[in-house]
Amino acid sequence: MDSPSPKQPSPEQHAAAIRAGDRRALARGLTLVENEGADGAALLAALGSVGSAHRVGITGPPGAGKSTLVSALVAAWRADSRDVGVLAVDPSSPFTGGALLGDRIRMLAHADDEGVFIRSLASRGAFGGLAAGVYDAADLLDAAGFDPVLIETVGVGQAEIEISRAADTTIVVLAPGSGDVVQGMKAGLLEIADVLVVNQSDREGADALVAALQSAVELRDAVAPPIVKTVATRGEGLAELRALVDGRAAAAAGELTARRLARARARIRAAVDRRRADAFWNAADGAQAQALSEAARGVADGSTSAAEAVARLLGGESA
Amino acid sequence: MNALDQRPIRILVAKAGLDGHDRGAKVVAAALRDAGFEVIYTGLRQTPEMIVAAALQEDVDAIGLSLHSGAHMTLFPRVLDLLKAAGADQVLLTGGGIIPDADMAKLGEMGVGRLFGPGTPLSDLVAYIRTEVAARREVGSA
Repeated sequence: MDSPSPKQPSPEQHAAAIRAGDRRALARGLTLVENEGADGAALLAALGSVGSAHRVGITGPPGAGKSTLVSALVAAWRADSRDVGVLAVDPSSPFTGGALLGDRIRMLAHADDEGVFIRSLASRGAFGGLAAGVYDAADLLDAAGFDPVLIETVGVGQAEIEISRAADTTIVVLAPGSGDVVQGMKAGLLEIADVLVVNQSDREGADALVAALQSAVELRDAVAPPIVKTVATRGEGLAELRALVDGRAAAAAGELTARRLARARARIRAAVDRRRADAFWNAADGAQAQALSEAARGVADGSTSAAEAVARLLGGESA
Repeated sequence: MNALDQRPIRILVAKAGLDGHDRGAKVVAAALRDAGFEVIYTGLRQTPEMIVAAALQEDVDAIGLSLHSGAHMTLFPRVLDLLKAAGADQVLLTGGGIIPDADMAKLGEMGVGRLFGPGTPLSDLVAYIRTEVAARREVGSA
């Protein structure tokens, strides 16, 4: 849109800098794709094909120890000098748009390690709870040579379903007392798990949770996911967890797995949906926004039904 | 106006140095979130190196440091130097705590932004950061 200033590199230069490992270029690039503007799209196009890094989603209810587990997993991979990228997604307030992104507090052990790149993303009201730019952000970390790329989301509501699409491996983290297993089943949390982790397993109730999970996952049609007990604060169980994830990465390497196909589909659909919705509501003359206000008044005072209002709005679109 | 100008302001809020008084920093972090900022809160006992490394990865517009240890004449200039060395001197460095007026003036001459003492209305802080970041984004994209 705006013509590039002399200070700004071309998308091709920017992409080359990211591939060459320039961390500032990566950080700036993440900002561009997070904003989903024309500059971000140009950068992604210049970057070309990516997708060799194993993407690991980590989700679960608040307080289960996700950030601490991520930090411990990072340490497990750093022991072999693997460069690890982390995307930590936290919700934006639907009212102010603000967000408090606090996941770095649990990851301070890696604060001055060049081989670890941590970026906090606010969900910015994205459908499904996952930050809209997270697919693109993962691509950038991938292109910069980070493998694996860990994506952490708070598991309340739909976010975990989205993450299972964005990730090659989804780890669901639970802790004794972090909500019973039936609730987990309701939310679909257990269905998306490739690996189940019972963290804080030195606490009372851990064995009961493992047993309950075992019987719950046996009911699934698909292959039951392995269950790993960890104490992330002490690094216990991390070697086993890492080995499981690496095993999945090796199995998936080089193949266009069903998972990646589904991810591409979901990503394209989400982008199309977003663009169509933007185009619809932000029509240049603002007519739709006004029509919405009028329709809302009609529905609120009972003179029209919501269904009629929808039909009228959509009728206007095709005209 | 391009997309970058409309994005929420991103700010890193941290406690530098060894004192453990993080209540003020938490109150400020929550207030900035409520003002629509994306606040990356990194907590206690951060070294200047950790703070700048995080600020660069997060590509923030501003850093807000809370300091009650008396080490402000060491820590603020150090953060500023590291930002400059990384070529990130467009990042606003601001903060607050128990800092004498004379020291605030000296730090200001070095290039540190406004510093806020106890009892500052949070709305002043929000307004200052908004204005200052808008100006710096303007320069950055000019």
